Amino acid sequence: MRKVSTTPAPSATYRLTEEQVLLRDTIRQLADERIAPRAAEIDRTAEFPEDIRQLLASQDVLALPFPTEHGGLGADLLTICVAIEQIARACATSSLILIVQELGALPLLIAGSEEQKARWFPDLASGKTLAAFGLTEPEAGSDAAATRTRAVRDGDAYVINGTKRFISNGSVAGLVTVFAVTSPEAPRHRRLSCFGVEVPTEGFRVARLEHKMGIRGSPTAELTFQDVRVPAANRIGEEGQGWDIAMGTLDRSRPGVAAQAVGLAQGALEVAVAYARDRKQFGQRIGDFQMIGAMLADMDARTEAARQLLYKACVEIEAGAPDASRWSAACKLVAGDTAMAVTTDAVQVLGGYGYIDEFPVERMMRDAKITQLYEGTQQIQRLVISRALLGREG
Amino acid sequence: MALRIVVLTKPVPDPAAAAEKLGPDSRLDRAASPAVINGNDEYLLEAALKLADAQGAEITLLTMAPAGGIETMRKGLAMGAHRGVLVTDPALGGSDVLSTARVLAAALGELEYDLVFAGFDTSDGVGGVVGAAVATLLKLPYLSSAARIEPDAEGGKVRVRRISPTGFDLLEAPMPALIVGTQLLGEPRYPSLKGIMAARSKEVVTKSLADLGLDGEQIGGAASATLVTGKRTPPPRAATRVVRGTPAEGAKEIVDLLASRRLV
Repeated sequence: MRKVSTTPAPSATYRLTEEQVLLRDTIRQLADERIAPRAAEIDRTAEFPEDIRQLLASQDVLALPFPTEHGGLGADLLTICVAIEQIARACATSSLILIVQELGALPLLIAGSEEQKARWFPDLASGKTLAAFGLTEPEAGSDAAATRTRAVRDGDAYVINGTKRFISNGSVAGLVTVFAVTSPEAPRHRRLSCFGVEVPTEGFRVARLEHKMGIRGSPTAELTFQDVRVPAANRIGEEGQGWDIAMGTLDRSRPGVAAQAVGLAQGALEVAVAYARDRKQFGQRIGDFQMIGAMLADMDARTEAARQLLYKACVEIEAGAPDASRWSAACKLVAGDTAMAVTTDAVQVLGGYGYIDEFPVERMMRDAKITQLYEGTQQIQRLVISRALLGREG
Repeated sequence: MALRIVVLTKPVPDPAAAAEKLGPDSRLDRAASPAVINGNDEYLLEAALKLADAQGAEITLLTMAPAGGIETMRKGLAMGAHRGVLVTDPALGGSDVLSTARVLAAALGELEYDLVFAGFDTSDGVGGVVGAAVATLLKLPYLSSAARIEPDAEGGKVRVRRISPTGFDLLEAPMPALIVGTQLLGEPRYPSLKGIMAARSKEVVTKSLADLGLDGEQIGGAASATLVTGKRTPPPRAATRVVRGTPAEGAKEIVDLLASRRLV
C-alpha cells in the first residue's frame, strides 16, 4: 500500500498547480451558476450586489488575499488573479468586490503593524467588512503626488480634511485606507501618509455616487472628510511613507485589473463563439465565413497572450522582481487594451444583436473601457514602463 | 461516536465538455475528456456532508479508477470529505459491473463504516446496479432511491424515505447498511476555497488489486463477463416542442397536447 499526499508538486512546469486549477474551476462554476444570471440586472439597476458579496464571502473568495493567521487563505497573487478572472468572465462588476477588497487592504498588507493586521484582517477576510482605497482626488488623478487632503497631528490623533473622488466601494466600505498630506513642505514623495479610517465616523460623508458607463453595480463614491479624527494608532506605516505605500499597492493591484480585463475578454469571446456557431446566414453558420472565423481566432490569441503576460507578471511580482512596476504596468496595459478590442469585436460578431441588451457583449464592452482608465490610465502605464526602461534623468 | 460514512464516487467524462468518445477497443477513451465526479454521486456526498454538519460524521471517498482518479477525488475532499481511498490497477481496465462490485466490496472490507452511500447511476455507464451488487456481496441491508436519510447512531439503525411511483416508503434497517440515493437529497454544495486549500493535507490511500488480496487474472478486464461487440450512434431525436408561458398556461397546454394524442 502506498500513501500519497494530495499536495501538488512545486510548480516545475509552466502551468497552474492542481490546486489553482480546482480553485479556478470551482469559481468558474460558481460564476456561471450564481453570478452570470445576475449580471444584466446588476448593470441595469446599478445597485451594489449585496447578494454576490455574501456569496463571495460565504465561499471564502474574499479571504484569498489575507494571511492564514488572520482568517485568510494566504493566496499568492496569481491565485487571486485567477479568481478575479473567473468572476469577471461572468460579471465585471462582481469581480470588483474582490479586486477592491484586496486593493483597499494592500496598504495594510504592505506596511500595516501586527496590531493593525490582527484588528482589521479577520473581518476583512470573512467579508464582514469591505475595504476601499482612498488615493484619487478631484485635482489629483494621474498626478497622485498632488494630493491636497490634509492630516494634522493633534495629540494622539490626526485630523483629516479633504475630498477623495472615484473611490470604488467608497459607499459600502467599513474601512477606507486614506492618503493625506502630513508634511506639506517635504519633498514631493515624502509629503503623504496613509491612514486606516473606520467609517462611518463623524465628519465623514459620501457626497455623491457617479453615474457610470460600465461597472455600474460597483459604487464609485466621492468622499468628504471634515475634521475627521483618526487615532494615531490607525496610521499605516511611518509619516511620509504614504507615497511608497501607494506605489507598492499599485504594483500589486494592477494585475487584479488586468485579470478583470482578461476575464472580460474571455467572457466576450465565449459569447461570440457560441453565437457564430448557432447563427446561420446565407445557409451556413456565420463562424464558417472566413472574415468571422479570423476575428474569433484573433480574439482568442490576443486574450491568451494577455493572460500569459498577466500570469507571468504575477509570478515575477510575487517573487520580488526588481522591475515589479514594469511587469505590473505591462500586464494592465496589454490586458486592458485586449479587453477593449475583444469586447468590441464580440459586438461586431453579433452584429445588431451585439448592440442590444439581449446579449451580454454590449455590457462587457462598456465594462471593458474602465480597465483602460483606472489604477492608472494606459498612458500612465506606458510612462511607468518607459521610465523603467530609460531610468530617470540625473 | 461519529458516524462513519463511505461514499462511492466515480470519475466520469465531464458531460459539460461533451468530448466523450470510445477508443478502438470500444471502451470509453478516458483520456479524451476531462473527468469530474459523477453528478449523481455528488448528491450522496452532499447528504453525507449534511449529516457531518448536523451530527458529526467521518466521510471516506472510495473510488475505483485509473491513477488520475486522485484529481477528481480532490474536489470531493475540497467539498468536505475527510479522506480518500483510490483502488487503481492496470488490470482493472474494462471491468464489468460484477468485477467493479467485487473490487469495491473488497476495499470496503478493509474499512470501518456504518453507512455506504452510492449514487443512483453513473453518467458514463448508466448501469445503476453497482450499489445493489456491492450490498449483495457484503450481505448489507440495501435501501434504494433515498430522498431522505436519517441515521440513528445510538440505536444502530438508519431510516430512509424511498421514493416510489406512488409516493414514498419508509424503510428502516440496522447499520451497517448501503444506501442508494436520488437527487432529492439536495443540491451539492460548492467546495469552499478554504476547503480547496485544506484538501491538500488530506490523506488519499491508493491500493492495487494485490493490496486487496485480489488476483488480476480472476477480476477486472480479463475476467469481464460482458463484452462490447459493436457500437452505433442512436438515431437523432424527433423534433421537440418547447412549451413556454406561466406554469398554469404551460401545464394546460401540455395536458391538452397529451389529451389530443390520447396519452392521458
